Amino acid sequence: MKRPLPQLTDSNRFFWTAGEHGKLRFLRCTDCANLIHPPVPICGKCLSTRQEVVEVSGRATLAAFTVNHQMWIPSIEPPYIIALVEIEEQPDVRLTTNIVGCAESELVIGMPLAVEFEHYEDVYLPVFRPLGMGQRQPGEGA
Amino acid sequence: MDKYESRSAVTGMGMSEVGRRLMRDPLALTFDACLAAIEDAGLTREDIDGVCTYPGTVGGAPGISGAAAWDVMDALRLDVKFFNSGLEQAGQLGSIAAAMLAVSAGLCRHVLCFRTVWEATYTQLQRTGKVRYSGGGGRMGGDQQWRIPYGAASAANWIALYCSRYMHEYGLTREQLGQIALNGRRNAALTDYAIYTEPMTLEDYLGARIVSTPFGLYDCDVPCDASVAFIISHIDTVKDSRRGTGVGFEAVGTGNHERVSWDQGDIRYEPGLLGAAQMMWSRTDLRHEDIDMLQLYDGFSFNALCWLERLGFCAEGEAGDFLEGGARIARDGELPLNTNGGQLSAGRLHGYGFLHEACVQLLGEAGARQLPNQPQTAIATSGGGVPGSAFLLRKL
Ligand SMILES: [Zn+2]
Repeated sequence: MKRPLPQLTDSNRFFWTAGEHGKLRFLRCTDCANLIHPPVPICGKCLSTRQEVVEVSGRATLAAFTVNHQMWIPSIEPPYIIALVEIEEQPDVRLTTNIVGCAESELVIGMPLAVEFEHYEDVYLPVFRPLGMGQRQPGEGA
Repeated sequence: MDKYESRSAVTGMGMSEVGRRLMRDPLALTFDACLAAIEDAGLTREDIDGVCTYPGTVGGAPGISGAAAWDVMDALRLDVKFFNSGLEQAGQLGSIAAAMLAVSAGLCRHVLCFRTVWEATYTQLQRTGKVRYSGGGGRMGGDQQWRIPYGAASAANWIALYCSRYMHEYGLTREQLGQIALNGRRNAALTDYAIYTEPMTLEDYLGARIVSTPFGLYDCDVPCDASVAFIISHIDTVKDSRRGTGVGFEAVGTGNHERVSWDQGDIRYEPGLLGAAQMMWSRTDLRHEDIDMLQLYDGFSFNALCWLERLGFCAEGEAGDFLEGGARIARDGELPLNTNGGQLSAGRLHGYGFLHEACVQLLGEAGARQLPNQPQTAIATSGGGVPGSAFLLRKL
């Protein structure tokens, strides 16, 4: 059984395929530079409808985490770490994601993280690893 | 203040049987509750001229919606002037506010409101192949795409994230949080329809299997089968109702000024409560010391904690101290909480149970669990991660 994946559309494809190039991307308001997430065709800060897709550093801060112990989806074996992370360029933009490469006991709210991607079919899920805890080697499976 | 709340009241309440895997048609539960509420108000179906419910017809998770407004209107052959349903309301009790508005605007005299869940039976039907599981295989669209692919598939995960952040900020302990679950279980022992009534100790609570840290099994409410119904009547008709009295609405909060999002707003708290709480208080001269009991949404223990703070019963970050030892929120405490056991122990009546319990307590009809000092006021809330609502009620 496969992991449930996002339905790619013209509105979200830039986000879910950004990992193909190893970069995290967001929509940005052309007028006020606000990062817009989830993608929606208006800026919530200034109501501009002019926007562009930009790459960000991929660095983030751990804002909250939970270790899930119950199986909800047969293809995703517990336990695993679910987190809210705040994007370095604009901390009020958050992603719900997984933390990889780290034990529960090593997690500290506020710790710096870096993005990496798990590739499934045509989707690259951004996940995060604590900075300095060893990046995944090329060729290592997701 | 001339306010819409003062133009209607609860004149009737009805509840079906409540249970795990009753294996009954959810429409049958619905009609049991609705007919009981109509009779309780001293009315007949010819008197009902409005129908409101939550959430009505929904796709994807039919266990959370056992009957739609149209089902009841058609089956009972109701002749109505106003009806509505939907998920996008101020919590489950937003449907009560809609009924109150219809009455206040002069459209209706008696609105039938109901909420039917049959999650326990629906899950059993899925397990035994009697209904087809519709959740697998497809790609995620809409808001779900941002969480489900990460295995963040349950509100237990999403709300556990807030709780973890709250614990980090304010030092809340599991022992303190657990007081909400222990209080609910103590109260449920006196509730004839409660699902979980056997005594629970702090050790039981702490030792239960972990669902999603910091939540253990007893931080999570129990899905069940049930229907709860109310009659919301014009205030002028209350004297002619069966009791000749009812439960009045002092103030209702249905506002929201937060992001409607599971992860983009203030992640220290369950979202969607603050606007409702502030709006409710802005529409009354009553203050915290005037409130005799609290019936606070507890789909998870932490939801009720969030309501305590968002309603201002304790200052930001101080709910842990407020809950310490559990005496303050007990039946005989200064602020009894969830006197039927709440959703954690009585069962997930999904918002409607809190209003029901507030009404039976205020009317002095709670039987074995009637509070020793007859309460005159109550707050009942609904929500659960979606924008919520807060109702300040008083005995007429
Ligand atoms: Zn802008």
